[in-house]
Amino acid sequence: MGRLLTVTGLTTEFRTERGIVSAVKNVSYHLDEGEILGLVGESGCGKSVSQLSLMQLIPTPPGKIVAGEAVFMGADLLKYEKNSKEMSQIRGKNISMIFQEPMTSLNPSMTIAKQMSEMVLMHEKVTKKEAIERSADMLSQVGIPDAAKRLEDYPYQLSGGMRQRVMVGIAMICNPKMIIADEATTALDATIQAQLLELLYEIVGRYHTALVMVTHNLGIVARYANRINVMYAGHIVETGTVKEIWANPLHPYTEGLIHCVPKLGERLLPIKGMPPSLIGRPPTCPFLSRCQYRQKSCFEENVADLTYVDGGTHATACNVRLKEAGQ
Amino acid sequence: MEETKNVGQAGEFEVLEEALLPPVNEFKRFIRVFFRRKVVIIGFALVVLVIFVAIFADLISPYDPYEQDLHNVMAAPNGAHLLGTDALGRDLLSRIMYGTRIALIVGVLTVLISAVIGVAIGLVAGFAQSKVQTVIMRLTDALIAIPSLILQLLLANLLKSFIGGMGSVVVALGLTMFPGYIRMVNAQVLTLKQNDYVLAGRAMGDKKRRIVLRHILPNAVSPLIVMMTMMMGASIMAEAGLSFLGLGIAPPAAAWGQMCREGYQYLMTRPLLSIAPGFAIMILVFSYNMVGDGLRDALDPRLRGSLD
Amino acid sequence: MISYIIRRLLYAVLIVILVSVTVFTLIRLLPGDPIEILVSQDIMQDAARDPEYYARLRSEYGLDKPIPIQFINWFFKMLRGDFGKSIIRKFDILGEMKSRIVVTLSLGIVSFIISNVVGILLGILSAIRRGKIVDTVVTVIANIGVTAPTFWIAILLIYFIGFKLKLLPLYGYTLPWKDFGTSVRQSIMPVFVMALGPISMTCRQARSSILEVLNQDHVRTAWSKGLTERKVIFRHVLKNGLMPVVTLQGTMIAMIFGGSAIVETIFVIPGMGKMMVDGMLSQDYPVVQVVTLMLTFVVVLANLLVDLMYGWIDPRIQYE
Repeated sequence: MGRLLTVTGLTTEFRTERGIVSAVKNVSYHLDEGEILGLVGESGCGKSVSQLSLMQLIPTPPGKIVAGEAVFMGADLLKYEKNSKEMSQIRGKNISMIFQEPMTSLNPSMTIAKQMSEMVLMHEKVTKKEAIERSADMLSQVGIPDAAKRLEDYPYQLSGGMRQRVMVGIAMICNPKMIIADEATTALDATIQAQLLELLYEIVGRYHTALVMVTHNLGIVARYANRINVMYAGHIVETGTVKEIWANPLHPYTEGLIHCVPKLGERLLPIKGMPPSLIGRPPTCPFLSRCQYRQKSCFEENVADLTYVDGGTHATACNVRLKEAGQ
Repeated sequence: MEETKNVGQAGEFEVLEEALLPPVNEFKRFIRVFFRRKVVIIGFALVVLVIFVAIFADLISPYDPYEQDLHNVMAAPNGAHLLGTDALGRDLLSRIMYGTRIALIVGVLTVLISAVIGVAIGLVAGFAQSKVQTVIMRLTDALIAIPSLILQLLLANLLKSFIGGMGSVVVALGLTMFPGYIRMVNAQVLTLKQNDYVLAGRAMGDKKRRIVLRHILPNAVSPLIVMMTMMMGASIMAEAGLSFLGLGIAPPAAAWGQMCREGYQYLMTRPLLSIAPGFAIMILVFSYNMVGDGLRDALDPRLRGSLD
Repeated sequence: MISYIIRRLLYAVLIVILVSVTVFTLIRLLPGDPIEILVSQDIMQDAARDPEYYARLRSEYGLDKPIPIQFINWFFKMLRGDFGKSIIRKFDILGEMKSRIVVTLSLGIVSFIISNVVGILLGILSAIRRGKIVDTVVTVIANIGVTAPTFWIAILLIYFIGFKLKLLPLYGYTLPWKDFGTSVRQSIMPVFVMALGPISMTCRQARSSILEVLNQDHVRTAWSKGLTERKVIFRHVLKNGLMPVVTLQGTMIAMIFGGSAIVETIFVIPGMGKMMVDGMLSQDYPVVQVVTLMLTFVVVLANLLVDLMYGWIDPRIQYE
């Protein structure tokens, strides 16, 4: 498996009335071809912003990518101008995105056919007719019955689950190298959510497409992903394979998250306290105030960089755990 | 098992207070957002100036606006008469200064009348059964589709025999400028009715009137204030239009529209006689609109916290 | 869609009836008995004082019956094409109106088209160049457009462009098919004055609703598809952003035709607006009655067209 994407030191800020919000702070991670990566964290922890930054879809102003690089297939995406030709060849053709809100993410005044085919016409040299045929084919691949007929529908004529299937179809239609699913199933009913996840899993597997699953639900990620990044307050605090994270969480926050996943016959243990404000935070560990393992030294030391333990695939940003591991 | 025990033991640990951001002072925030744009500052200053002139017109205006000086008619601007005199020898500047009174009163009264009518009907529509609501809203659409100038002309003419002077114009304007409020209030009620806190109030058995007073009106106040400010300007324009046609405030009142009408006859020789009062109208309407814009920015909850 | 059209049609008919009742009643309530005005102009003052003559006139004009009956008579006479006669100047209202409505319509339609094209273009421009110089300039112009009284703009134009610079005729109107050159030269100032307010409002509405659409989720989706800026704006932003502009046009039409009273008076244009104002000033009520009704009728009809267009643009309405 070749390396598809390497993000280094990504930092995104938002200017607000009360000060500068560091939504994403010094985030580094990588993604291999065909890999499924889970990006987990509470709402507001910067997971969506980090992905939108990659696509240069941050609303500017007030948002701004301040530092970092994102090397995708050998080229740094963050070097491109926001709405440049290079960037539009990345968007949709190489990396596509599925958003959270199925009710508002599609254009209300355009048929499904147009919204799907315009993507093909944009990125490939095909005729309109071919583009429509491709769209119909894609629609049936994402499990929409009677696809040719549905193509003529407007979004308001479809249910939320159907719309999200259409979004998956749009994301897949140009056969991208990578898909970002930004809380793609959060707004749906549990049963429909499961169906859609299966569909997504199955379809990226078929086309060997890499998938970044952004979610606050560790349970979902554990089921489908190869590796997991855990984000907290703009930082990636732990990364590792699903097995490593699940069996041996190296960050107190991850541990807390695992206890939040409902399991039969066990009491849920919520993480106490509230996430910190992202304005003007000191450089200490962001989880400090809620951490049950904190030590005196935590109050003095800067938060550690994400450091691999035993030179393996498992890394954490917890000072205490790193010391225990002898790093 | 090991982990669960761990957490269980640590269940008693203390969560530290994060250093909280200082609370936003709502009043300071309002002032800062309101005065963020230069045009709003200018507009606000002009409104204050107009109010000042209206209150102290007796003291600061150089002449009596109604005193005719037939030896000195149609004077060009000079040291004694800064803007010159009109066909009856009245000082133009003084008349424009006194005109602020009529303009302000017309604006305020018209807006009060139309806002009371509009808000009342809007609330009724918002809380009525869907059929009643449909009828009211369709009628409102119909009213909006009718050129208001026509209705105002008819009404002002009709009322002239009952209410003298400015009154007929004010009532005519008030009775024709309310449909906008109905739409706004109705829309507010419909949105707010869906809000969780109103639903919660309902679930707890609040009476309808209580819901209106406690939840809906306070939330509809911001857009209402903005709309009323904007409508002040609109009603002054409408009054000026009627007076200019000779169907509004009658002479010799120092109403700006009426002054434009009189001065227009001498446009080629003394253009200031009609241009100056018209300019005064524009300035006041512009100022009201700017203040309205500023209020909208400062009161809009959606813009809260944004910096742009 | 067909049921939508039928509903709109019925609705328009309803408004016309409603307006005619209102206008008729208002005018009957106006001070000044039309017969007295008529009689006071009569040369034969002796005969005029005769109560019998008075009564005969009353029944001749149908004023002796109760108001609802008068209304129904008037309404059905109009449906048959009998619009009555002017009390003061004795002309046949229908004949007079035929020539005048063409004038008002031609000016109004030109103003409406210009206000839409210019207003929408400026609105788009200032929305997508938000915060740039273009935006500032357009915003200032639009602010002047909504705050300056129409008659004042007209006065300025007449004085500076017509009188001082002698670039355009001061007043008057010629129909375009009679003398196109003169017609255009005479139309420029009135059309500008009529269109300025609607241009400004359309522009402001277009700007703010486009800015709102720019922040919507589906536009982010469009960007994420890799569409070029032009495609995102033209395909995804404009159509959705301009829908509120279409709904606004009903009000704009009312504004243009209502404003014709002022513009036609200032520029001495023989149209419906001037006819109404003259009728009002001379208390010629039969004229006022018909003219107000016809102006409203034009506006309601135009609104109907706008509604139908909206139904055609917004797919959600077709579905209803």
